[in-house]
Amino acid sequence: MPSITPSSEGAPSAREDLDSVVIRFAGDSGDGMQLTGAQFTTASALMGNDLATFPDFPAEIRAPAGTTYGVSGFQIHFASYDILTPGDQPDVLVAMNPAALKVNIDTLRKGGLLVVNTGAFTKNNLAKAGYESNPLEDDSLAAFRVLALDINRMTLAAVKDFSLGAKDAGRCKNMWTLGLMFWIFGRDRASTIEWLKRKFKDRPELADANIAALNAGHIYGESAEMPSHIGAYQVPKADLPPGEYRNIDGNQATALGLVAGAKLAGIELLYGSYPITPASSLLHNLAKLRHCGVTTFQAEDEIAAVAAAIGASFGGKLGVTGTSGPGVALKSEAIGLAIAAELPLVVVDVQRGGPSTGLPTKTEQSDLFQAVWGRNGDSPLCVLAAATPGDCFRMAIEAVRIATKYMTPVILLTDGYIANGAEPWRIPSFASYEPFPVRFHTDPEGFHPFARDARTLARNWAIPGTPGVEHRIGGLEKNAASGHISYDPANHDQMTHLRSDKVLGIASDVPAAAVELGEDRGELLMVGWGSTYGSISQAVRLLRARGRKASHLHLRNIWPLPPGVRELVDRFDRVIVPELNNGQLVRLLRAELGCDAESLTKVAGQPFRIQELVDYAEARRKAA
Amino acid sequence: MTANVPETALTRKDFASDQEVRWCPGCGDYAILAAMQRTLPELGSTPANTVFVSGIGCSSRFPYYMNTYGFHTIHGRAPAIATGLKLANPDLDVWVVTGDGDGLSIGGNHLLHVLRRNVDLNILLFNNQIYGLTKGQYSPTSTLGKVTPSSPLGSVDQPLTPARFALGAGARFVARGYDTSKALPDVLVRAHAHKGASFIEILQNCPVFNDGAFAEITDRKTGPDHQLWVEHGRPLRFGADLDRGLRINPKNLSLEVVRIGDAGVTEDDILVHDETNRTLAFLLSSLPDVCALGVLYCDPVIAYDRAVTEQTAAAKARAGDGDIDKLLRAAHTWQVS
Ligand code: SF4
Repeated sequence: MPSITPSSEGAPSAREDLDSVVIRFAGDSGDGMQLTGAQFTTASALMGNDLATFPDFPAEIRAPAGTTYGVSGFQIHFASYDILTPGDQPDVLVAMNPAALKVNIDTLRKGGLLVVNTGAFTKNNLAKAGYESNPLEDDSLAAFRVLALDINRMTLAAVKDFSLGAKDAGRCKNMWTLGLMFWIFGRDRASTIEWLKRKFKDRPELADANIAALNAGHIYGESAEMPSHIGAYQVPKADLPPGEYRNIDGNQATALGLVAGAKLAGIELLYGSYPITPASSLLHNLAKLRHCGVTTFQAEDEIAAVAAAIGASFGGKLGVTGTSGPGVALKSEAIGLAIAAELPLVVVDVQRGGPSTGLPTKTEQSDLFQAVWGRNGDSPLCVLAAATPGDCFRMAIEAVRIATKYMTPVILLTDGYIANGAEPWRIPSFASYEPFPVRFHTDPEGFHPFARDARTLARNWAIPGTPGVEHRIGGLEKNAASGHISYDPANHDQMTHLRSDKVLGIASDVPAAAVELGEDRGELLMVGWGSTYGSISQAVRLLRARGRKASHLHLRNIWPLPPGVRELVDRFDRVIVPELNNGQLVRLLRAELGCDAESLTKVAGQPFRIQELVDYAEARRKAA
Repeated sequence: MTANVPETALTRKDFASDQEVRWCPGCGDYAILAAMQRTLPELGSTPANTVFVSGIGCSSRFPYYMNTYGFHTIHGRAPAIATGLKLANPDLDVWVVTGDGDGLSIGGNHLLHVLRRNVDLNILLFNNQIYGLTKGQYSPTSTLGKVTPSSPLGSVDQPLTPARFALGAGARFVARGYDTSKALPDVLVRAHAHKGASFIEILQNCPVFNDGAFAEITDRKTGPDHQLWVEHGRPLRFGADLDRGLRINPKNLSLEVVRIGDAGVTEDDILVHDETNRTLAFLLSSLPDVCALGVLYCDPVIAYDRAVTEQTAAAKARAGDGDIDKLLRAAHTWQVS
């Protein structure tokens, strides 16, 4: 693993090259850590590093200052090679107050750099964080390289000429800290300066003060005031495929994918949603795109949100609803209606810790069962899962394609980790996507609403406003041959199988199961889905570097499973399924493939660490 | 009331589907269905452009009997589904059919919000004060003491008044009629003309589980003494000889029934209906001994779907018709070579 080692000389004259660094910025909710992290991210992306980020914010909106439950964190992993995770362990921890130190110190790598703001280490704050004595004054931090600075005082000194109030002046401390970190890691300040000017264009004195603080932090590093063990570093450019890049988080990518998908289908979309963590930013992103054929509807509740989407699909738009696990539970009956009425519908489930309200701001992959089976009756639909923030774009398009082509609801699973996490994304050319235009049925000749396409089994989509094809649909069982209400047992049997066959048939229209990494046979196949992509991929890389015959299969088609998955799984001696739940995909695979896949689970509200996966695989290998 | 005469004159038959109507014999729903099928041609509606959206309950079978577009959805959610439909295509004529259980119990929340938002829908609430389809349990509008299978000792639920609920939710059009009334089509015509959420409570007899719940009002003999048909600008008078009327009692801010000629009461004392007066509509919605019918309240404001459409048009005019390639690049971008 890459690491930061102390430089041997005094003030560094040359920067030391590092392959990769993980920094965790942590402070009070009001300390601006998310903004600081985002600015460091932009600067690193502009330097040409690959990167991954992980914001970790508290559930409380404005938790009392100084408390451990009010700590907000932002982790960024940047490197000179392609990385896929925000990193197992920070190499650098920036702790703006005692609570931030308390919450995060256990994650910092031994020997790692710890930057603390001593100005916040008051008796009161120490007590609030639960420290009996000041950790800066005993030897409890001896395992780390500590850079203890009174950032509060230095910030106030830097901005004293701007005649700000005490509160505004104090708030500049995140920029001072960012300036220092920019210097230590050789980042350019220009993008942040530009951003500050934009952000405070109506209050230029705030822009100037923040820029002064940023510069002061940078100068502090430059001038020889830095202790010898801190050092200065650079992380060379990563060798990324050429192209135009931007940073993107999962909810942004999903929003763009939905819009792009609707465009490829040639219809507009209606997004019905009720605010819920961590899906709300999907609503915010789409609400800004009204000019792109998007109507957003903030409904009175989760049920109305999906109901409006279904109404829109009946009317000839693409109905989409987005939510998290508790919202999907509320929408279940309506999703069943879309299954019975055979209308296109996309449901985005940005998963979070459950059950019930669970852990709203923490990530989990525990809605797979709910998505695949969580409705009354035999009610099949298509379930997809995005693997990375950027992948959300592609999978959202795929969800739209399948929903409109097969007249079926599609649940797209993402989760809090990829929804909020960002990565540099090579922007695709829209022209590279094959359009899949919707054709509404208009011919009255022999029309009935449940007449089907012989190949896809999709029913006609005739929309209100079209003369001659007026019809009635609903949640009651329909006669397969006429579309009228039917209570006939044989017909219900037939319709149940038709609905099932239609959804299973989607398998023939999606890419066959193929390994992401490694050979298509061997000793170990790690099968993942969703946001564990990065951890599993890196773990398999490490195992392969040790000579293990390991491969990585990542499922984006959860239901139906993609073709060839059984054959692929059978060619490996051992199959391990790591999941951030209590064992869901593994049970689905066992049931569907009859394989004895092993389950590796974690439900700690945190992603897998790469090392956990490697250690588990190695332990199982030894035990065999 | 004037209705447009369409060029190709459609008749009620054009709006009747080929499906056998399956309400119980004598159910008030038949009369409402007939009134609707008679009224739509008068409105110039076409089957292609008309949609009936319903929830669950006896009344919610309505769409199957109309030769228009129809969506028989799930319990209580019709207003939300109709909202999405109207946003998808604001040019459609969308009618929502619901009942006292569907609209005021399980779907109360959606009804509240569809009225508040003022989505351009015509919402018919068939009020029979009972759950019919599930075989006779008391509903949110059942009278106190109602004995039903789920209230063998009599219901202790305080009932609500649908028109009051609608007014409280901010509805801009609130009317009332009853199933067999000759004037029901006129109410439907007014509701259709109102751009925004039009709420019509239709008193509906369920002969199987709650027969005669409104008999006093609808009976040929007793009716005239218990029906007060309101009309904008006209005195609020009723009775077989129109000899009674409403007068405001300033002492307790209520309406009282007076008889013209009694104790010096003259025609001038009778209150004149102003359908734009919400306070008056509130008072009219639950009178003692007499039931106000017709358009209790109509005071239009911009419909939700129109406001959304205008906003979208303005956004397009400002930002252009979303070019996806441009959209994907609407962020800080950089080149890797
Ligand atoms: S139960 Fe009552 S409301 Fe329902 S169809 Fe029969 S009579 Fe009509």
